[in-house]
Amino acid sequence: MQWEIVIGLEVHAQLSTRSKIFSGASTAYGAAPNTQACVIDLALPGVLPVLNKGAVERAIKLGLAVGAKINSPSIFARKNYFYPDLPKGYQISQFELPVVQGGSIRIQVNGIEKEIRLTRAHLEEDAGKSLHEDFHGMSGIDLNRAGTPLLEIVSEPDMRSSTEAVTYAKTLHSLVRWIGICDGNMQEGSFRCDANVSVRPLGSEKLGTRCEIKNLNSFRFLEKAIDFEARRQIEIIEEGGTIRQETRLYDANKDETRTMRTKEDANDYRYFPDPDLLPLEIPSMWIDQLKATLPELPEARRSRYISEFGLSAYDAGVLTSTRELADYFESTVKQLPAQAKLCANWIMGEISGQLNKEGIEITDCPVASIQLAALIARISDGTISGKAAKIVFESLWQGELNQDVDAIIETKGLKQISDGGAIEKLVDEVLAANAQQVADYRNGKEKAFNSLIGQIMKATQGKANPAHVNAILKKKLGG
Amino acid sequence: MFNASLKQLSDQLAEKKISSTELTTEFLKRIKQLNSEYNAFITVNEEMSLDQARSADQMIAAGQASALTGIPIAQKDIFCAKGWLTTCGSKMLSNFVSPYDAGVIERFNQVGAINIGKTNMDEFAMGSSNETSYYGLVKNPWDLSAVPGGSSGGAASAVAARLAPGATGTDTGGSIRQPAALCGISGIKPTYGLVSRYGMIAFASSLDQGGPMARSAEDLALMLNVMVGFDPRDSTSLQRKVEDYARDLQKPLSGLRIGLPKEYFAEGMSKDVECAIEKALDEYRKLGAETVEISLPNASLSIPVYYVLAPAEASSNLSRFDGVRYGHRAKSYSDLGDMYRKSRAEGFGPEVKRRILIGTYVLSHGYYDAYYIKAQKLRRLIAQDFTQAYQQCDIIMGPTTPTVAFNLGEKSGDPIQMYLSDIYTSAANLTGLPAMSIPVGFGNKNRPIGLHIIGNYFMEAQMLNVAHQYQQVTDWHLKSPV
Repeated sequence: MQWEIVIGLEVHAQLSTRSKIFSGASTAYGAAPNTQACVIDLALPGVLPVLNKGAVERAIKLGLAVGAKINSPSIFARKNYFYPDLPKGYQISQFELPVVQGGSIRIQVNGIEKEIRLTRAHLEEDAGKSLHEDFHGMSGIDLNRAGTPLLEIVSEPDMRSSTEAVTYAKTLHSLVRWIGICDGNMQEGSFRCDANVSVRPLGSEKLGTRCEIKNLNSFRFLEKAIDFEARRQIEIIEEGGTIRQETRLYDANKDETRTMRTKEDANDYRYFPDPDLLPLEIPSMWIDQLKATLPELPEARRSRYISEFGLSAYDAGVLTSTRELADYFESTVKQLPAQAKLCANWIMGEISGQLNKEGIEITDCPVASIQLAALIARISDGTISGKAAKIVFESLWQGELNQDVDAIIETKGLKQISDGGAIEKLVDEVLAANAQQVADYRNGKEKAFNSLIGQIMKATQGKANPAHVNAILKKKLGG
Repeated sequence: MFNASLKQLSDQLAEKKISSTELTTEFLKRIKQLNSEYNAFITVNEEMSLDQARSADQMIAAGQASALTGIPIAQKDIFCAKGWLTTCGSKMLSNFVSPYDAGVIERFNQVGAINIGKTNMDEFAMGSSNETSYYGLVKNPWDLSAVPGGSSGGAASAVAARLAPGATGTDTGGSIRQPAALCGISGIKPTYGLVSRYGMIAFASSLDQGGPMARSAEDLALMLNVMVGFDPRDSTSLQRKVEDYARDLQKPLSGLRIGLPKEYFAEGMSKDVECAIEKALDEYRKLGAETVEISLPNASLSIPVYYVLAPAEASSNLSRFDGVRYGHRAKSYSDLGDMYRKSRAEGFGPEVKRRILIGTYVLSHGYYDAYYIKAQKLRRLIAQDFTQAYQQCDIIMGPTTPTVAFNLGEKSGDPIQMYLSDIYTSAANLTGLPAMSIPVGFGNKNRPIGLHIIGNYFMEAQMLNVAHQYQQVTDWHLKSPV
């Protein structure tokens, strides 16, 4: 039987506010345990939450970016359960009436565009951390993270493969960074995924029983966990079993998922509206103001790169994978509007390759876009060859000669010979010295042509403009 | 000195006839001498109070005094006060010394008022007799075999027994007004949102409101002037223009329309209470007010609605008391679940447990709509009753409680009977309306009777005027049990 995998994702994006969602304590990562937990985060008797406006603004920005409805009012609710790293004994979240409702994100998989619908995105606070090691049989609680603002972004079960799920997660990851609401740092837990996975016979309309896989903190784990989980479910069904609805954890070391809790021992969270927080009213004027601050979104840029610069959908997609990369591309191409494709190639090729190699971000790229543009200009006006350009690029990267492209070309003698008369003279000399190959070529041996080119290039130490050499040689041999 | 009103003491301080240090010392002495009789205070800290008194004297000397500078105020043990044991009447917090000040405490500190001690109360403010306190029951100074009312029973007892000229209380279903009535003093629960709830340990967040308790309306006005004010740390705190609540005290009452809900003047009110209320209303007619009959058709729903919503919120508010970070933790336990169970089983008393259970139940999956949502809808209906009533009258009056103070132990075994002692008061919490109680006479066994005055939203100044005018022509508020 053919099986279809159905996936929905819940992403917890940590919002990039300086202070917590309901207190003034800092959200900075990595401080000594419990040094960033104020009386409110500690849930001392009598303390009250006050909503961080910056967290709401970031949620609204996401809503605008995905074309969702911004609910006004939206309601904060208490999710009640006991755990040592949950100081109040309840988490302030949203249940009915989340701040963001609906919307969608378009993803590209193998050149095909697909729309993934969003169910909702709601604001909530993070819990602290329980530390079970190093305390001689006891547990330690670090409440620095307690109260950190999260936006839980819930998709519809619209994905049909782990590749689609990963692409969606990456697209969303890029989007939240693009609009500046989340730093996207997955190692620090700023962007965490839970995957709801079920399987059904291909062609069936009815959804299978789903399992939720928690806390997938890398795209690779997301992919592997979904693949494992789908295989597990298919095997069970094919052997005549049924899937039990449950929450599972992915173990990266063993590459498997295992039961965390079943539906039977799920908590009754007793959600109810938090009486300490009034319904959140979002005036349309506020939404309009935020709309005006939103940058051009990746999708819009992608299509503009295709229509305005004639780039392929693939190139446009790669260049808009982060806002910083897109900005770099745009500031390069701004200086060379006619050479967009060449700019794209250089950024996707040399620049990206070198960044990857050194493990740095485009924002820390040692070659500024203005220098890259100067280099590309020298290629396109024929001053240097593509091969020489790589040498110039290397110098630029190393910061040689004040990163002056022309000075590098001059100093390293990389200028190519484009003077027609000089090349013609060279060609004549080579032809005279290689009568046999000339004869071979005229007898139909195409290979001889390349050999002659090689001779000419060798004679100029590679500095002759190959296009010119080619044309002149052809003319001479044809004559 | 102890029989002087808060206003009189304030004048004496201003005229430098006494110093705050002297005043504070005298009250501390009196508390030391008499507290064992009433058990009105859980914590007294002479050193801290006297420190404050000395600072107050400096303020007075520097000409920075205002009405409450140097005045000893008894603080209900529900308000977190920095450096003070803050127990909320519970074993759960028997070791909790607050590292911070509640908004209300801060406001008293700013004007140089003296925290004279932390008053006893029903555990987590859950009770109407002050019998649920872990720190022992409180006695009614008028009759040591009677309850003082609750939950602000320690505050009411302290003011009545002249252990403090004024006290703070909190009122979730009647916890200021009912003990004020039972102890023959005055108390007001302001409009919801006027007094900061920051640092006031939550019982039912949407109903809780702090307020003053003192012997006269005039004294309440002075205290309210300090207690009311916007607090950005409380999202339900209201941002309004600053008012002087004493500004209208002297206004004549001619033309005032007093609404008398027929539902309150019906079965349930005892004869002695009815008699005293009628006499008080006669007094008001003499002062130029007229009375009109009004109807609050959903009045009978207040108690059932209250006993769904208040426990629901409480069950969640009290989850933080888990023995993990502060408060009581069981001595031995086998695992995390056992630690929670034992710590909470040991730390909470039976009434608190009962309400946590009720609250957990009404919020549970499958019951939420039938209880919580339904109660919220009825809450709106109750509020509509009042909106309509205020089209026919300016202010509403009735009894604060159906009977005078009952005997200690009389209702402690019967929660329903106990809950019914808030039958007239809980509507003001459900609607957020301001309401107060003033003494209007004595009933059975010579125990005090309170008149309940419910105002429209933000009409505290008018209510205090109405109460003050009555207190100008009567002397019930001057009667002393000691």
